[in-house]
Amino acid sequence: MLEKVPASELKCVGHGTERIDTVEKVTGAAYYTGDLCFPGMLFGKVKRSPHAKARIVHIDTSRARALPGVHAVLTGADLDVRVGLYLVDKYVLARDVVRHFGEAVAAVAAESPEIARKAVDLIQVEYEPMTPVLDPAEAVKNGAPLVHPDLGSYDYVQEVFSPVGGTNIANISKYRKGDIEKGFAEADVIVEREYTNPSVQHVPMETHVSIGQWQPGDKIQIWTSAQSPFTVRNLFCHSFKLSHNQVRVFIPYVGGGFGGKAGIHLEPLACCLSRAAGGRPVKIQATREEEFSLLPCRSGLVNRIKTGVTRDGRIVAQQMTMLWDAGAYADYAVNVTRASGYSAAGPYEIPNAHIDAYTVYTNKPFGTAYRGFGHVEFSWGTERHMTILARAIGMDPLEFRKRNALRPGSITLTGEVIREHTGNVTKCMDTVARAIGYGEPLSKELEDREARTGKRIGKAVVALHKAPAMPPFTGTAVVLRMNEDGTVIATLSLTEIGAGTYTSIAQIIAEALKFPVERIKIPIENDTDRDPYDWQTVASKGLMLCGNAGILAARDLLNKAYDMAAQVLRANPCDLDHDADRIFVRHAPDQSVTFRSLAVGYAYPNGSGIGGPLVGVGRYIAQGLTNLDKETGQGLPALDWTYGAHGLVVEVDPITGEYEVLKVASAFDVGKAINPLAVRGQIIGGMIQGLGTAMCEGYIYDAAGKLLNPNFTDNKIPTSLDMPAEIEAYVVETPQIDGPYGARGVGEHSMIAICAALGNAIQDACGADLTKMPIRWEDVWRALKTAGPQVESSATIRNRAACNTRK
Amino acid sequence: MRIRVRVNGREYHQEAPDHWTLLRFLREGLGLTGTKEGCGAGECGACTIIMDGRTVNSCLVLAPEADGATIETIEGQAEGGKLTRLQEALHKHHAVQCGFCTPGMVMSIEAFLRVNPRPTVAEIKEAIEGNFCRCTGYQQIIEAVQEVTGQRQEQEELGHA
Repeated sequence: MLEKVPASELKCVGHGTERIDTVEKVTGAAYYTGDLCFPGMLFGKVKRSPHAKARIVHIDTSRARALPGVHAVLTGADLDVRVGLYLVDKYVLARDVVRHFGEAVAAVAAESPEIARKAVDLIQVEYEPMTPVLDPAEAVKNGAPLVHPDLGSYDYVQEVFSPVGGTNIANISKYRKGDIEKGFAEADVIVEREYTNPSVQHVPMETHVSIGQWQPGDKIQIWTSAQSPFTVRNLFCHSFKLSHNQVRVFIPYVGGGFGGKAGIHLEPLACCLSRAAGGRPVKIQATREEEFSLLPCRSGLVNRIKTGVTRDGRIVAQQMTMLWDAGAYADYAVNVTRASGYSAAGPYEIPNAHIDAYTVYTNKPFGTAYRGFGHVEFSWGTERHMTILARAIGMDPLEFRKRNALRPGSITLTGEVIREHTGNVTKCMDTVARAIGYGEPLSKELEDREARTGKRIGKAVVALHKAPAMPPFTGTAVVLRMNEDGTVIATLSLTEIGAGTYTSIAQIIAEALKFPVERIKIPIENDTDRDPYDWQTVASKGLMLCGNAGILAARDLLNKAYDMAAQVLRANPCDLDHDADRIFVRHAPDQSVTFRSLAVGYAYPNGSGIGGPLVGVGRYIAQGLTNLDKETGQGLPALDWTYGAHGLVVEVDPITGEYEVLKVASAFDVGKAINPLAVRGQIIGGMIQGLGTAMCEGYIYDAAGKLLNPNFTDNKIPTSLDMPAEIEAYVVETPQIDGPYGARGVGEHSMIAICAALGNAIQDACGADLTKMPIRWEDVWRALKTAGPQVESSATIRNRAACNTRK
Repeated sequence: MRIRVRVNGREYHQEAPDHWTLLRFLREGLGLTGTKEGCGAGECGACTIIMDGRTVNSCLVLAPEADGATIETIEGQAEGGKLTRLQEALHKHHAVQCGFCTPGMVMSIEAFLRVNPRPTVAEIKEAIEGNFCRCTGYQQIIEAVQEVTGQRQEQEELGHA
């Protein structure tokens, strides 16, 4: 699909065009789901569990039902319907038992939010608390209390996942490459350590909100803040046994998703309340507190890594056991487990690997997709580990990474051969290393600063990769319609959740049509009744798949226009060419017909018409990918690989553990930056979001499994004051042969591995050896205090001592 | 109670329940939905408006407290449909992604630039500290502000390795 157009001839692609959706956003005109109000609309509220695990003994809703203004009250007993993305394990409202703190046990629809809240307070729930299982390492043990005793009977996607009935294991994904025993036998040094990540909240600025209307006759309309209109429809129809023709999903502007609005969430409950209220529309808007525990988070991870390396810096074997803390429901966590498993080597070639990735149920709010889809979490461990390994053999960590980096001819964990056009991770590493002066003596300024303040400067370079985690047959379609004046409307069902993809796709379509980008309109809102299918807006696959479909749609529209023009001009279609305004005969350019006159069908001077309105259809589906073998993980999962690297400079107070990130430079091999300003926005936005994960974010529970920090006071996210003083964003452009104009996705990648960049730079600065996310100042202080014996080789410790002496 | 306010130059005299916040009054009472609720607790700044010349989190102000006030919201910024210089700069610099924090961010910056028309980067960061943005990482917002204040030099923004 790579259109072979020299960069100098590109008119739309490669330019920092202004976004097509900003004017309405800077003026307040853009409407989001929460801004919508319909005649007769009711307000839904949920009653949430105060327990992590409890039997529901009795629910008394009589007082709530009697409250004037209440139109519907539902409990789990009213709704024998389970919903699930890959594993159908979640009731719309808890039935018989609650499985996590914050789970919905009852819901109300009323004429105002106040009445709804009062009615929720009037619902009396009698619980019998049970002992929850909160730690995934405990949950996998024999005899652990089961979160889902009926797991063995649940529906699931059998080709891909492997739940183990009678346990808390919702899925196991296994990856086997080479001979692990032989690999470890070749190693000079073996290092085994464990790294952990807590659950983290996405924090879209717009909380989840859905409006559902279940009209008599089972005609259903849903307006929702979601990333995936067709997946909402498909899962809804599957669970409620409805025809796809009965359900229509609209997505207005979306105030951020980051994965948390993929799949299906509040939509079924809003619709069920509407049905119970006689068909009046019901809006449920999550409060910020509900966003933390009623709605999903990112799964936690316990990541045990054992790696064998040779003295000359080759990784010869790696064994990993990942325990993904799914929380109470599988949702996306099973697929996070799968995707992180096949990527777990990082952008390095490891000849002998043995990886077991488990999705583990616990009694906690459940995990879902979050920008990076597992890679942020496992890369904390793997990229920390790379530095620990390098230190263990006395090698510079960047040199060690480059020695093992994937290059053309390398074979990935699943058996895929890396090719020239896959991308260049080494160039990304070199770029950021240069940008932060890695390996160079400190500048005079920084040296003086160290001397003056007693603080220490540390630097690190980390590398990363990610491929879209998606079904191997993921497809999409784009439809172009030409208006009477020659402008074009493109419809697609990727959602514009903020990443700017619609602008880039408009640029691609404009380039393919040879039209100015201003002539292409992509309506931001989605409607499953009107727009062509897309699977979901996830995985950083949208630009590539929709971009290609857009090019094909442009070709289709032009073919139809050429056919008409050939007739009008009495020319062979093959002799025609076009510019932005007209189609002309190449060897007689004065013979031409305008797009405007062809747009809705051509009319001869006598009024006779030919052709018809110009419509172009483009369909694209991932090619040649396969499911993975369940025992070995072998197969082809990757549409493309986007490589990247971060360079980070930190200043640490070695007495108190206080630190400040002075600089981050990031580079990604995006193939081709369709819109450099949008790419830069994705790089910097993800970098700061990643620093949030690294520095301060994460769920904190008490011993009973109650979430203690569901707000911005106790779960801080980065503000402008948390930005590094210096930020640099770079692209490497190794064209993706099957990408639109060579492009590949970069939406998620900027978040990946930055946690490890921070951890490694802090270790470089002061020796603090960190294994747990996040890294708060007190964690650095604690690590400095407890720098006792670790599971490390003595070389590591010597190396660290040498490092400290150097400082 | 009956509330008299001047919003974006227009007089309103309208009934609102005593417990309503100013945010709710603007959105549901006056239909000005450009101002957003991000947390309802004064932490995220999405609901920032200008009241009597000062920025407030409208989720923390009760509607009756605004009685008699002069209020500016995002809807009043682009006069006659023409974007302000700040709005233009945010547009040009890709300083907006999902756009949900943008109305509050615009109001914060607008009020800030009235009292400090030539701010340093540190001052800009401090001024928008109370406005969370989860998408942009703030950098392009700061660059847009610098453009408005005439302190931005044109430069290659995305490095090509």
